[in-house]
Amino acid sequence: MTGQSLIAWINAAVTFGTVIMFGCVGETLNEKAGGLNLGTPGIMMLGGIASLAGAFFYESAAANPNPVLCVIISLACCIIVSSLAGLLYGFLTITLRANQNVTGLTLTMFGTGVANFFGGSLIKLSGGVGQINVAATSRAFKTMLPFVSSKLGIVSQLLFHYGWLTYVVLIVAFLMQYFFNKTRTGLNLRAVGENPATADAAGIDVTRYKYLASCIGAAIAGIGGLYYVMDYVKGTWANDSGIEALGWLAVALVIFTSWKPKNATWGAYLFGFCYWIFLYVPTGISSFLMKLFKVTKSTYLQNLYKMIPYLVTIIVLIMVSSRKKRENQAPASLGVSYFREER
Amino acid sequence: MDNNCAIQLKNITKSFGAVKANDNVSFDVRKHEILALLGENGSGKTTVMNMLAGIYYPDEGEIFVDGKQVSIKDPKDAFDLGIGMIHQHYKLIDVFTALENIVLGLDPKENNDLVTARNRVNDICSRYGFEIDLDMKVYDMNVSQKQTLEIIKVLYRGADILILDEPTAVLTPQETEKLFNILRNMRNDGKSVVIITHKLNEVLEISDRVTILRKGQYIGTVNTSETNEKELTEMMVGEKITLDINRDFIEEKHKRLEVKNLTVINSENKKVVDNVTFDLYSGEILGIAGISGSGQKELLEAIMGLQKCEEGSSVVYYSTAHGVHELVGLSTREIISFGLHLAFVPEDRLGMGLVGNMGMTDNVMLKRYRKGAGPFLHHAQPLRMATKIREELEVDTPSLDYPVRRLSGGNVQKVLVGREINNKPTVLMTAYAVRGLDINTSYAIYNLLNEQKKRGVAVVYVGEDLDVLLALSDRILVLCNGKVNGLLDGRSANKEEVGLLMTNLKGGE
Repeated sequence: MTGQSLIAWINAAVTFGTVIMFGCVGETLNEKAGGLNLGTPGIMMLGGIASLAGAFFYESAAANPNPVLCVIISLACCIIVSSLAGLLYGFLTITLRANQNVTGLTLTMFGTGVANFFGGSLIKLSGGVGQINVAATSRAFKTMLPFVSSKLGIVSQLLFHYGWLTYVVLIVAFLMQYFFNKTRTGLNLRAVGENPATADAAGIDVTRYKYLASCIGAAIAGIGGLYYVMDYVKGTWANDSGIEALGWLAVALVIFTSWKPKNATWGAYLFGFCYWIFLYVPTGISSFLMKLFKVTKSTYLQNLYKMIPYLVTIIVLIMVSSRKKRENQAPASLGVSYFREER
Repeated sequence: MDNNCAIQLKNITKSFGAVKANDNVSFDVRKHEILALLGENGSGKTTVMNMLAGIYYPDEGEIFVDGKQVSIKDPKDAFDLGIGMIHQHYKLIDVFTALENIVLGLDPKENNDLVTARNRVNDICSRYGFEIDLDMKVYDMNVSQKQTLEIIKVLYRGADILILDEPTAVLTPQETEKLFNILRNMRNDGKSVVIITHKLNEVLEISDRVTILRKGQYIGTVNTSETNEKELTEMMVGEKITLDINRDFIEEKHKRLEVKNLTVINSENKKVVDNVTFDLYSGEILGIAGISGSGQKELLEAIMGLQKCEEGSSVVYYSTAHGVHELVGLSTREIISFGLHLAFVPEDRLGMGLVGNMGMTDNVMLKRYRKGAGPFLHHAQPLRMATKIREELEVDTPSLDYPVRRLSGGNVQKVLVGREINNKPTVLMTAYAVRGLDINTSYAIYNLLNEQKKRGVAVVYVGEDLDVLLALSDRILVLCNGKVNGLLDGRSANKEEVGLLMTNLKGGE
């Protein structure tokens, strides 16, 4: 493998990782408060389409779109819509105590459907498939850090050749880790996810914590969808539910990181690395594997490679549960609705 | 208003559905005292205290704290009033350290940052004599340490009134002694301590006054120094009520079960059934008495092959039809095929034995589905049986396919007991068969059991109500801490005798 293709591989892994890191950090926040939101892929779809719609209408209306306004408008649309989806999830599972798995899965179907519906409308408005392009907004989001992105040679190419959201998510992940472990609010939040009855008895407003975690978590995950639209696919849209596929990886990544956002900062890139492996595997290995699995077309092999992140997650899950270290387990009340009178 | 009162309860009533857990209860807790709240299981001790802790809200009645009328809507209100309750199930977060558990939910700005908190906790510890490692994770702690942590947590939050729900149930005698010393220190410091218990010796050892509840009603309060075990037992179990339950004497008796040295150790490594030995005969009802959690459930389950018995345990089954068998080691399916049946009514009634979403027919079929031929279910026979149960026991249900979870408690229990009876048992074991039932339905169940006895079935009746046990049983086996603490004749035994055996292990602990 040449050095250049290794750099390309790393670049691809990092942009991929950024999408799922947003999803993972948002989902972790919700899961730490006991809410298993399988609607995350759908919420990311909603966040993506909302940001696209906002940018699209602004760019159509303005003769010279201002990059700062582009960023603000699409981010605001994304955050509002995805936190509303989080609010809906919260209302169903916290207030109405609906089953979290069913609610989450339904939300994913809903989000995917809604996003593709409006995606179709936007495509129509823009004049046909492949015509939609919010170039100004995409450019604004793809803006790289000044100086370090160009002046440091290979270091720039490896570490600083990405849009600014790539660094924002790293900061968010570390802040989240700090929040969980070093702040009193974080302690209270973890208590809610571990044992809501105890938290309740200690005077913590369980419902409030759960709602806030659901809404803020959904907003963070939604930005993953925005990043996908604006940076990953460069301001375009295709009704292929590509975000949803990555959303599931984000959910798997939460387990992989054993609910620690700091692990997402490298785990997400590892997933990206694994996901793109098929493009960069030396041909010798590929042809050997094709013979081994009796696969005739190399594209078929890609699907096998794409399983790797999931396999890694399963292996981590087995390792974590066999080590039985309590700190690495899921929050004890994850997926369980809390009802004070039920004792 | 008496200044000496920390808490006054006036005419407190609380119902759960049709059951009155507390009926017009009034008493007070003074400052500078340890008050024992004594009563049998189901007497409403915990319920009344839960209302002080903000977990339940009374239907009727008034609560005064320090002479002021208060309304305690949630646990936070209770804290604000200085009331702290230590529940039987500790409310701790396993993955947190002791210190994190203590400061949980408090505002760090109010002198609760971790450094200050640590100093304040250390002060509390040295003042009352606690020993604790503040950086230990809760999952590494034993029960006694967890309890200590709970008490510190409550004191840290400024509680002046401490309520402990059966605090000694899980402690060794040494740990109990340590706890009592701490409680005395707290009393001497001016705090009020309420200890919920049914252990008479502890009441006499630790408390200043005793308040007795029975079946949700307030019976009275006595000074501990002026009372004795006998008086307390009488107040706790009450006068003997004569119940009009038939009790025929069956002349012809055959030995059905010979239980020898039966021992069961639970997952917490505690001997829940300890070396239990007894015989069971056809044509008799053997009543099993005991404070709940004394091993009744585990004993019956062990006989049915649902619990793992320790080495040396033996249950020999003598049957006219099947011969003599050792049951320990056999599967539950084999044991059922010999004609042993267990009808256990758990606290939530449906949890064990019936499937709530299925109708009567399907629930009957659960125990007979193997009798069909081939892979298909045969509905005809279970349908006949369900019809019969419905008619004979007057089960009130819209249809045989109506989900049993929607039936009233009494009807659910009729279905459960009816099914076991209809399987023509030779040994019928029932536990809490009349739990939560009204008097008429209860009598219907007693009659059913009596009928079985007349037909030569060996019946085991585990019950909570001593009056019923005394009126129904031919013999009464009393369990205490998983051990057999006495075997009495049901016709001559009296209530105090059984009550004492239930609460005091012979030979001491």
